[in-house]
Amino acid sequence: MNGLLEKLETVLGMPDTGTLNGFEYEFNPIPGDVEVIQVVFKDREELPIYLTQSDSQMLCICYLWEEKEIISKKRSEMLEVMLDMNISVPLSSFGRIGNRYTIFGALSLDSSAESIARELTVLSDNALDAIDAMSEYLN
Amino acid sequence: MDFFKKLMTAIRGSGRELGEAIIDSQGIRIYEQEIDDAKEAIKKAEQDLTGVMAKEMQAGREIERLEKEIAEYESKALSALDQDNEALAGEVADKIAELEVELDTQKVAKQQFSAHVESVKEMIKQTHAKIREHEREISMVKTTDNVQKAAKSINQHIDGGSSNMVAAKESLERIKHRQQEESDRMAASETLNAELSGESLENKLKAAGIGADADRKKQVLERLKAKRQTS
Repeated sequence: MNGLLEKLETVLGMPDTGTLNGFEYEFNPIPGDVEVIQVVFKDREELPIYLTQSDSQMLCICYLWEEKEIISKKRSEMLEVMLDMNISVPLSSFGRIGNRYTIFGALSLDSSAESIARELTVLSDNALDAIDAMSEYLN
Repeated sequence: MDFFKKLMTAIRGSGRELGEAIIDSQGIRIYEQEIDDAKEAIKKAEQDLTGVMAKEMQAGREIERLEKEIAEYESKALSALDQDNEALAGEVADKIAELEVELDTQKVAKQQFSAHVESVKEMIKQTHAKIREHEREISMVKTTDNVQKAAKSINQHIDGGSSNMVAAKESLERIKHRQQEESDRMAASETLNAELSGESLENKLKAAGIGADADRKKQVLERLKAKRQTS
């Protein structure tokens, strides 16, 4: 299987930087045990998307906030709202990795260029909307 | 179903220490071996099944043949009886009895083959279900393992300062601010364009003698004439 970065470049037909659905982006590989690519959209540098793949799927993950940012007395209400909203958010779901809350989307390994591009840009929009909507629960 | 619980316990237990394997690689290998074994068992069972089904069909044909033969001998025995040839009828009856024993043996054999076919089919069905379950479990374990390893790299990347994780609200504010700046810039540029094109329009109108300033000379002249008349 090709590396994730080569695959992205092949599928999207673009080098490490370019434009995706009108967004200027940059791919940065991150060192580690498994291949992870950081996708940074211009003017949204604070909310990069991390791409990784297992043997069955490709995951696009955006980190939203940390446990310590949550207003503690509103925490359980926030969790319920996230659970309720989960099914309505297009293409993305809320999750948590360690003490960091995330919004993520999963793609099949043979997804088309359009699907990957759409996933990345929709996830970025969803991440912004999610933080905006959940601001009242955050410090 | 048990597996979901196990995975849940493992994730909740090691959730604070990312990067730790949920099930060690040895465990994954055992699972993968079980899948391979099950696939092998299915292949063998399918081969067996064909053999047993062939024997079942063979027994079925044998039963048909024997039944037909018995019927023929019965009709012959009846003919012998019609001729009052008791001795010949007795011999035929012996033959029929012999065939009936064989028929019973074949019927028992066919039943056994049929039961065997059913049990092998059931075994194949169960093994397929087991393979599906194991493959789903392995996929969950591998995904969890992958996410934990990826998260470890991402966390090191963020904490290492190469990509600072800013508090969510602050990130949102910065992004909104940049978006606002961008839209202000666009609005300003639109205004400027409008003004510039407006100015040139005024000039064109003036040149064509249209607008407020076009007949100023005439107005001044008329005003002066009016002044002279009144004075």
